[in-house]
Amino acid sequence: MNEHIKPPAAPRTLPRESATFDAYTMSEIRRAAATGIYDIRGAGAKRKVPHFDDLLFLGASMSRYPLEGYRERCGTDVVLGTRFAKKPIHLKIPITIAGMSFGSLSGPAKEALGRGATAMGTSTTTGDGGMTQEERGHSQTLVYQYLPSRYGMNPDDIRKADAIEVVVGQGAKPGGGGMLLGQKISPRVAKMRTLPEGIDQRSACRHPDWTGPDDLEIKIEELREITDWEKPIYVKVGAARPYYDTALSVKAGADVIVVDGMQGGTAATQEVFIENVGIPTLAAVRQAVKALQDLGMHRKVQLIVSGGIRNGADVAKALALGADAVAIGTAALVALGDNDPQWESEYEALGTRAGAYDDWHEGRDPAGITTQDPELMKRLDPVRAGRRLANYLAVMTLEAQTIARACGKSHVHNLEPEDLVALTIEAAAMAQVPLAGTNWVPGQDGRF
Amino acid sequence: MNAGTQTHAVDLARSSVRELNATLHALKEGSNASLWRVANPGGLHAIAAGLDAPVTVEVDGPVGYYCGGMNKQATILIRGSAGVGVAENMMSGLVQVEGDASQAAGATAHGGALIIGGNAAARCGISMKGIDIVVKGSVGHMSAFMAQAGTLTVFGDAGEALGDSIYEARLYVRGSVTSLGADCIEKEMRDEHKAQLFERFKLAGVDGEIDPSEFKRYGSARQLYHFHVDNASAY
Repeated sequence: MNEHIKPPAAPRTLPRESATFDAYTMSEIRRAAATGIYDIRGAGAKRKVPHFDDLLFLGASMSRYPLEGYRERCGTDVVLGTRFAKKPIHLKIPITIAGMSFGSLSGPAKEALGRGATAMGTSTTTGDGGMTQEERGHSQTLVYQYLPSRYGMNPDDIRKADAIEVVVGQGAKPGGGGMLLGQKISPRVAKMRTLPEGIDQRSACRHPDWTGPDDLEIKIEELREITDWEKPIYVKVGAARPYYDTALSVKAGADVIVVDGMQGGTAATQEVFIENVGIPTLAAVRQAVKALQDLGMHRKVQLIVSGGIRNGADVAKALALGADAVAIGTAALVALGDNDPQWESEYEALGTRAGAYDDWHEGRDPAGITTQDPELMKRLDPVRAGRRLANYLAVMTLEAQTIARACGKSHVHNLEPEDLVALTIEAAAMAQVPLAGTNWVPGQDGRF
Repeated sequence: MNAGTQTHAVDLARSSVRELNATLHALKEGSNASLWRVANPGGLHAIAAGLDAPVTVEVDGPVGYYCGGMNKQATILIRGSAGVGVAENMMSGLVQVEGDASQAAGATAHGGALIIGGNAAARCGISMKGIDIVVKGSVGHMSAFMAQAGTLTVFGDAGEALGDSIYEARLYVRGSVTSLGADCIEKEMRDEHKAQLFERFKLAGVDGEIDPSEFKRYGSARQLYHFHVDNASAY
């Protein structure tokens, strides 16, 4: 033995991070320990959940013939509010802009949403901060949200609106109220909301003067009386128990029901709420449609689905599952310029990066959209941003038409569950369509 | 009412609330002053909701939910009790209830005056945004919850959690308060507040009959205006 030769070092295992205590989880524990307050952020659920990506269209084949692209008509229009309203809304495309408040968004951003939507013949929606001239003036069709806080709520604006949306909840936070931190309570925002400037504002989660579906029926009757039964009345719910929420909304007298899945965005909510309360959009659509079908109200009470709609395929899939229209929020903000890589250095200065920025509540948005800072706001040209939104809506519409024609449909509303299969068992169970290559729908009788 | 006032009678046993409201909505500012006497309201909902003209509506009996909702300009006198949300979101004008009022009286109202002759149930003045409410009796629990602006004057007592999460509204209570809600405190009653209270007495037609110094004032401690970990138990 040569005593000068060291024995080889024992092999060591590679460093191994915990799947349970991953880097993000540990960073959150450190953040919580340092601050003592929960993490608040904007946008919707970021975790991966079953979604429309897990569905595929079958397209035409021997037994079905397709329509010629560009030549044979494929309609995209939709009428909302045909049940009771004297003046239903006619939209040229089945893609609407979801409710986002002035306060969470800048005035120019609201104007841009109005310009883009109007150019494509669709509607925008107010939010938890009242109606602004920027939005009313540039939106041909404007839905006025009726929220628990009733900030800025008044009968003149309600009569100027084209429809009223009673907000019971939203997908990012079913059961939660609103929040707008002090940085964004500018003098104008404070005046519209009758609040002191600069305070951290919390909105109520329940309506102040009604509780439950029986009261809601009376509340809807009052809103109809105030507006002389002209305006369609929507009821918006966060996806949680969509079958019962839809059925109860029908019972309460809604013209239109909006079901918002957990991927739907928020201006500011606790991270723990966004990621752990509510169900995915995909899981909600068929439940809502089934409630309408069971009541004999499918297509009589219209269904709008939102939460993670990104492209024409998502639109087509939501409609095929039985929705009448979709709504987009986060995607519309991205079209305006939110999270654009051109502001990368500024996102880095905020400790994040383009594509991951979600501190919308802090009001320091480099893209000038989720802010009330006068200098940052100037970065968004509402005319150009509105054009981008119109372009994006046009692309989504063309994409949905492309798919519908391939399935042989002369209107996007003719798409049906029969046109769909699922890539995963989970998606098959949620959407109640067969697993691809089989005739098996989980939960229904049938065989592989 | 002056000599030129026209009086109209509507019997809700024979015509609908829809017909009544449609007629009242057709009256615009500048139309002749008019008095509308409404018989047999029978607890129906949304009576005289959404008015926007300087007319007077006298309702002879009890009303259901949301009577006078979102009122502008009109004077609405209810000769009976009122259901949930009387004068909710009122902008201006006057709503007067001779009897008791149910929950959420004057909820979210931005302006005008609501005078309640009897008691008001829970959440009177919830999220009020500028209205002046006078309750000659007592108010129930959680009254003036998240109250933003305006005044709530109570001649009797207030229930649990008065003024919880209150913003800048002012509360005047003559009797006892079961408990104050989060961030609501008793405040000094200065001369300016006594003068304000006297104006509310005039609204209710009792000026000279009650001494403002019998009342205590409550308002926001402003400790919850900004998130702080030490206040976590209050949220």
